[in-house]
Amino acid sequence: MQIRPIFATLRHHKAGTVLIALQIALTLAIVCNALFIIQQRVTRLAQPSGLDEANLLVVQNQWVGRPTAGEISSSMAADLDTLRRMPGVANVYASNSYPLSGSGIAYGIGHSPDKRKFTSTTAIYFLDQNALPTLGLKLIAGRNFNADEIREIGPRDKIAPSVIIVTSTLARRLFPDGSAVGKIAYVSDKPSIIVGVVERMRSSSVDSSFAQWVDASTLLPFRQLANTTQYIVRAQPGQLAAVAARIRSVLYAANRLRVISPKEGVRTFADVRALAYKSDRGMAILMASVSLVLLGVTGAGIVGLTSFWVGQRRKQIGVRRALGATRHDILSYFLTENLLIGVAGVVLGGLLAIGLNLWLMQQFEIGRLAPGYVLTGVAMLLLLGQAAVFAPALRASRVPPVEATRSV
Amino acid sequence: MLAYYLRLGVRSLRRNPVLTALMVLAIGVGVASSMTTYAVFRAVSGNPLPQKSNRLFVPQIDIWGPQAQARGADLPDALTYTDATALMRDHKGARQTAIYPVGFNVVPQNASAEPFAVSGYAAYADFFPMFDVPFVYGGGWNGAQDEGRAAVVVISSQLNQQLFGGANSVGRIVRLDDHDYEVVGVVAHWNPRPRFYDVNNSNGFTDPPDFFLPFTRAVDVQTDTAGNNNCYGSAGRKPGFEGWLQSDCAWISYWVELPDAQAVQAYRRYLLSYADAQNRAGRFHWPAKITLRNLTEWLDYEKVVPPETRISLLLSLGFLVVCLVNTVGLMLAKFMRRAGEIGVRRALGASRAEIWTQFLAEAAMVGIGGGLVGVLFTGIGVFGIGLVFEPDIARLARINIELVGLTLVCALAATLASAFYPTWRASRVQPAWQLKSQ
Repeated sequence: MQIRPIFATLRHHKAGTVLIALQIALTLAIVCNALFIIQQRVTRLAQPSGLDEANLLVVQNQWVGRPTAGEISSSMAADLDTLRRMPGVANVYASNSYPLSGSGIAYGIGHSPDKRKFTSTTAIYFLDQNALPTLGLKLIAGRNFNADEIREIGPRDKIAPSVIIVTSTLARRLFPDGSAVGKIAYVSDKPSIIVGVVERMRSSSVDSSFAQWVDASTLLPFRQLANTTQYIVRAQPGQLAAVAARIRSVLYAANRLRVISPKEGVRTFADVRALAYKSDRGMAILMASVSLVLLGVTGAGIVGLTSFWVGQRRKQIGVRRALGATRHDILSYFLTENLLIGVAGVVLGGLLAIGLNLWLMQQFEIGRLAPGYVLTGVAMLLLLGQAAVFAPALRASRVPPVEATRSV
Repeated sequence: MLAYYLRLGVRSLRRNPVLTALMVLAIGVGVASSMTTYAVFRAVSGNPLPQKSNRLFVPQIDIWGPQAQARGADLPDALTYTDATALMRDHKGARQTAIYPVGFNVVPQNASAEPFAVSGYAAYADFFPMFDVPFVYGGGWNGAQDEGRAAVVVISSQLNQQLFGGANSVGRIVRLDDHDYEVVGVVAHWNPRPRFYDVNNSNGFTDPPDFFLPFTRAVDVQTDTAGNNNCYGSAGRKPGFEGWLQSDCAWISYWVELPDAQAVQAYRRYLLSYADAQNRAGRFHWPAKITLRNLTEWLDYEKVVPPETRISLLLSLGFLVVCLVNTVGLMLAKFMRRAGEIGVRRALGASRAEIWTQFLAEAAMVGIGGGLVGVLFTGIGVFGIGLVFEPDIARLARINIELVGLTLVCALAATLASAFYPTWRASRVQPAWQLKSQ
């Protein structure tokens, strides 16, 4: 295949050549970055919470009429008892928050009672000995809380736990050189003994600004007597829908002086997860659909312009055929022509993609584009170009040699 | 003559229906994606109080010191109770209010109705005139009632509808948690977007608040904040509500109205001298540091426009550019294929200007077609936007006459712009050359 005649023709069609190359370049720049954003978002979606999420549901309960701490304590104990006896419920505990819920408490934790010198920020969960079995957390060292270690605290009480459980990420951050179990950490200005390490429990927020400590959580043996409580319930296998449907009325039947929102008061963990990652999922869908349509538009543009060129060059093609060029020669001529334009486009596009990524990195919390995405994009666009040009090129190859003798 | 050109255009467009459809679709899809994301962007980036935004300010005071900043923390975006009440007491602005979000439960008088949760704000009397809050009945409370910690409440029209069937409820009683409050005003529908006075606690696009009550009263009955409470480094505080009030926890939004540049300067000096005095009193151990941002600067600082919205707008604009490059290519092909026809017309005496008119008329038809397709796709886009954005934000994007108009104008302008080069090329066709080659 001779390339020089192709260059000669392309010089003749400067504008069209430049336009196709430019379109390929811009498409590549956008598609690479879109792919990269999709991958980042999908990675976030796939991050494990550490919980055995199937069969979990949460109930947000508020007490009416500002009960005292003592009243809340007895109502809460009654609720936990009611829920435990409800058919289909496997386990339950009360907490201030839970992973992916979107709101919760964060403290600094470290080796000093001076709270300005902490080692890591940590999500704080108040819970009891039933939390580990309810959530299905995996204990990898030490032990769970004992029932007699659980204390009650008011909403503004001082928080100074004598024992805590930490996640493995936090344990490594606090004690990089060995086991954390039995060691002391300061989550308040008083020392706490780490009695257990769970493999993983995500923070309540999935916001990217918390990415650094998203897996560094601390479990505190407290029952918080606040006005708002979350009941986290594990249903027996297959019972989740039935429990979710009935739980609100069961609680109201036991005690009417409460508010459980009919809309968002009871949510399965699948709902919680969907809401927490709504914008990530949305962004991935948007990027994917834009990329697809963009590739479609670019492909269609190449088909359109090449068809025009084929129409314009029928006579030349006829002459070549008459002079002995095979159909295959004509076909490969157009494919090679497109490949040359495509290569020029992807070289420019690769540079544009990297430039766009650098600019996005400055503007948004986006990482550096891995070369794999550019290479994937390059392969995709070159293939797209070849596929798009194939039909017009095939039509060109069918131009009969006799065309050379026909006047227009 | 234009009618003739339009007829010619229609004929030419119908000669290559596939190419025409391709151009119309490319323009339509490109414009629609830009318009859909623009509708969202416009909704979240608007100025919620344009007539006053340059007179409303938010102060920040460095209560955490350089150690916190070394860890990457900025100044807290709220004040402590100590500072907020000191600033209120000094009263150096034309108007000022401390604000914090609160939640209560309402037990309806009708015993069969279930109790329900309401959310609102604790604020000072200046809140209402400062933010131009409109009322259907009554009005806000006054400064004396702030001082007197009066048990009064301003409710939303929606809560008024729910509790009193929409009647004038001024003077009636609402029970919030375990206390009674006298209604002094009912707010007309008022929900500035973003809710600038609460963007440090929420995304700024949630449902309108149900009520407002005096800050002093809310603190009196020990009402907790329903928003953020940032207690960096203050684990050693005293227990209980009183201990929280005295702590260095930052949880109070503060707004001040300053009528002119001079007042802004004076207020800045006042804040610095206040922070200095705190420093001398031994509370801080670092040089006094304050900021004072106006409403729009504050919205920027709080990053109210979500990054998703910006990225998707940028992406859509990039998409539109590709669609336009595509259209330039297709039009070039289409126009140059008719070089022979142009040659004949030019030879028969048509001027370059007439060639321009003819081809731009044809492009305009493609543009209008693209605009109509664009309106259709924008409609679908706005409808399906709930898939992509958070519900609070997605529902802000609405299709209205302005958006439809903008879509059409954009499509037309974009098409004419992309037709410019192909038309220029068409007008340069040498009649003699074309006639010779025939």
